[in-house]
Amino acid sequence: MLAVYKKELRSYLTSMVGYVFIAFILLILGIYFTAYNLQYASPDFGVTLSSVTFLFLIITPILTMRILAEEKKNRTDQLLLTAPVPVWKVVLGKYLSMVTIYAIPVVISAFYPLIMGKYGVISYPMAYVAVIGFFFLGCAQIAVGLFLSSVTESQVIAAVLTFGILFCSYMMDGIESFFSDTAVSSMVAFLVIAIVIGIVVYQLTKNIIFSSCVGGVLVIGVAAVYFIKPTIFTGLIQKFLNLFAIANHFDNFVGGIFDVTGIVYMLSVVCIFVFLTVQCIQKRRWS
Amino acid sequence: MIEVRNLVKKYGDHIAVDHLDFTVEKGKIYGFLGPNGAGKSTTMNMITGYIASTEGEILIDGHNILDEPEVAKKKIGYLPEIPPLYQDMTVMEYLKFAAELKSIPKEEREKNIKEVMSTTKLEDMKKRLIKNLSKGYKQRVGLAQALLGYPEVIILDEPTVGLDPKQIIEIRDLIKSLGKKHTVILSSHILSEVSAVCDHVLIIDRGKLVASDTPENLSKVMTGMNSLELTVKGEEAVIRDALGMVENIEDIAYHSSMTEGACDFTIKISGDMDMRENIFFALSEVKCPILRMQPTNMSLEEVFLKLTNDEGRLEDKEMEGEK
Repeated sequence: MLAVYKKELRSYLTSMVGYVFIAFILLILGIYFTAYNLQYASPDFGVTLSSVTFLFLIITPILTMRILAEEKKNRTDQLLLTAPVPVWKVVLGKYLSMVTIYAIPVVISAFYPLIMGKYGVISYPMAYVAVIGFFFLGCAQIAVGLFLSSVTESQVIAAVLTFGILFCSYMMDGIESFFSDTAVSSMVAFLVIAIVIGIVVYQLTKNIIFSSCVGGVLVIGVAAVYFIKPTIFTGLIQKFLNLFAIANHFDNFVGGIFDVTGIVYMLSVVCIFVFLTVQCIQKRRWS
Repeated sequence: MIEVRNLVKKYGDHIAVDHLDFTVEKGKIYGFLGPNGAGKSTTMNMITGYIASTEGEILIDGHNILDEPEVAKKKIGYLPEIPPLYQDMTVMEYLKFAAELKSIPKEEREKNIKEVMSTTKLEDMKKRLIKNLSKGYKQRVGLAQALLGYPEVIILDEPTVGLDPKQIIEIRDLIKSLGKKHTVILSSHILSEVSAVCDHVLIIDRGKLVASDTPENLSKVMTGMNSLELTVKGEEAVIRDALGMVENIEDIAYHSSMTEGACDFTIKISGDMDMRENIFFALSEVKCPILRMQPTNMSLEEVFLKLTNDEGRLEDKEMEGEK
């Protein structure tokens, strides 16, 4: 694991990618910091961080697109997968190297509140809680990018997919408002999701009986819950979609609240996507 | 050392490897021979644990590659068809990374890398970026990587493809010297290469094992097909008549010759008789000098045809025996 970690770290720091990534974060963050905190003299660093969360839409693909797609394209994955190292260690090494690169600008940004403190009174706990939240937010999105890099051989496709999915996650508040919050419409949306899950299971297993059973059980379950207690469904689709809005879980940190559920959420996103990445690589070996 | 039992790999409906069964013994050089797409690389990828088999099992020194991947993979060094090289690393960096990946203990790493580089003659290149190396050197870096940690089994997928003749000879000599300490499996679609280097040859066609024997025995099979190439000075009709007098000739095929006033022939002789002397005397009587006479080198395709036909015949005989 350490070998992969060191190798990736070196490759980020000997090529342009790592520096472009770090410089881009610092540039955008610097502009917002100057505008909000220095010019406008706002004592709230969290607001600055929360207004640059759109950054991740651009920088995450830059960082993650090559991490696994390139290995597959150059056939260097043959070296990694035939070495006496389990797949999860390879994936984790790669993920941690990206997190380390991402930590560099975050650590630099941790000096900004000190600069502000020179010229006025600010709340350091509030500022640093926001920085910690910002760090975890980035870690979660990098995990998404890691997974999407493992599904394709092409860096461009990996980058576009990452951008698309992170964009949907970023715009989830808007997407939620497409649905009305009545119980009926919510139930219908869940029925559609149940059927989609059935189709996905069929695509993965090619077993029509199993997949229709899964789809059927979910559809019946949703319908049954609706007939027993329809009020559960009121606004449920919004709550469900909100799970996918990664950046929304950063809001509490901005306000200076050390939100443990937020951290648990981000770490779960990391675990799920690292796990999916490992599974995706394993699946390719079996098919 | 390696046991392959009932190995099957399916890609959708396509069967790439079809019930392979063989054992590899310690300290020998094995050659996988087959045309492109015969399933050589797929089999090697399965032995090294890069891809999983659909059916069957592979045991490396008693360890199943899928159940105990770490133990089994430690015993294998693998050079795939395309060497898995990171273009932006120097040779030294790459080998250090590979050594660390193979969890060679820290204190041995340095020494090991040095030895491997001297075996593959890479010392002068150690500070060069891999992307600036020639194909031959890239192949050597790949080979050096496979040798790191001196695994018991070394698997090489078409190690000489794309190299110039001098490099091919160097790599072959290297493989021969490796065979003294390690078990080596290499694949190739060149018959002469496999028979020159290997102690044992496995011929694969369309995913099936067609033959498994020593090169000596296989060459006996091949000479059984008696065929000669001749260049004779003189008129075609005269030569044909003269050759017609010789017994055991099945077929005479005429080709136009590069040499002026001469004719080329391919002659097929039935049975295992050596008819070269008879042909010489027959042609000397009509005063047609033989400029060239040599046994036809069997191409791989012909070997396959021969082997598959033989197998067909054997099965027929067994069927008759049952009746």
